Amino acid sequence: MTGLPLSLFALATGLALILIGLFGMLTRKNIIRMIIGFSLMDTGVHLVMVAIGYVTGGTAPIIDDAVPAAEAVARVVDPVPSALVLTAIVIGLGVTAVMLAFAIRLYQAKKTLSIDACSESKW
Amino acid sequence: MIKRMLIMLTLLLTAAIFARLVLNYGEHQELGKLGAHYASQGPAELGAPNLVTAVVVTYRGLDTLGEVTVLFISAAGVGVMLRRRKQVPDDNEARKPSSEIVVTAAQLLLPMIFLFGIYVFVNGHLSPGGGFQGGAIIAAGSLLLLLALPQAEMRHRLISITESLSGFSYVVVGLLGVILAGGFLDNRIMSLGTYGSLFSAGAIPIIYTLIGLKVGSELSAVLDRFRQSD
Repeated sequence: MTGLPLSLFALATGLALILIGLFGMLTRKNIIRMIIGFSLMDTGVHLVMVAIGYVTGGTAPIIDDAVPAAEAVARVVDPVPSALVLTAIVIGLGVTAVMLAFAIRLYQAKKTLSIDACSESKW
Repeated sequence: MIKRMLIMLTLLLTAAIFARLVLNYGEHQELGKLGAHYASQGPAELGAPNLVTAVVVTYRGLDTLGEVTVLFISAAGVGVMLRRRKQVPDDNEARKPSSEIVVTAAQLLLPMIFLFGIYVFVNGHLSPGGGFQGGAIIAAGSLLLLLALPQAEMRHRLISITESLSGFSYVVVGLLGVILAGGFLDNRIMSLGTYGSLFSAGAIPIIYTLIGLKVGSELSAVLDRFRQSD
């Protein structure tokens, strides 16, 4: 045992994914790669949120024979961040679908996936 | 050059936001007030063993209605952007048929995948899973169908009717909660039943079934749009 809690690693991985995704979105020119960057960042945020909801030694918040109701408060992880992440995953999916539709439209209009083709809309 | 520096600066600032969180991180030793309330009162109040489901469907049910709305809007947005065009008739003939392995596997697996999706959303209040997960599994089945039979036409009528009806019924169930129970989307419009059995937890299985049908048909329609737009 190093003394470092396990959820710290999930938190640090989430942070690394957020930074990698942001870097990808800012530096890539290919719109598909930008969408991949967005997905990475999305996943990183989910990891950070789930890691924050972890309680030392906690188990899944399902109250049945394995976790009797009387001990529930002491033994389960926080259900609220899990519920938030469930919502966030679905919203992320919807946003990704719309971005991919934009990518298809871009390709149909300009015959390339590079955003340099859209320089007239640059400020 | 300036652009590169700005990018580095953005990354550094983002890292700084999270740095305190990571460096001063101490694992929680006990639940927060809200989590503790849900864990201690949730099973008795709502009759749902899965607390995440209790939070998603009932305690924060309004957020879930908003989430379903966002998903609907994004599906509609994809539909508008990838409108079907009348030309490109020769495209379908040129396409290679799928390999025999995929076709046979699809015939064997499709009923099981759909059944598993239904299992996941019907048991959402008892075990990990729920409407969104089950809907995603059903959409994955539709994707397999599209891969195996690229020429197959989806029945758009059926899909849009399923989607609208389940969305409408979801709101109706929510409004019934105002009339018969404590508030919008309250699940106690029916008896809570035996704790831990399939037909329990009031309206939660009904709501999750509706969400599962809606998400499954919506995502299938989105996948179909993407296929037709190449």
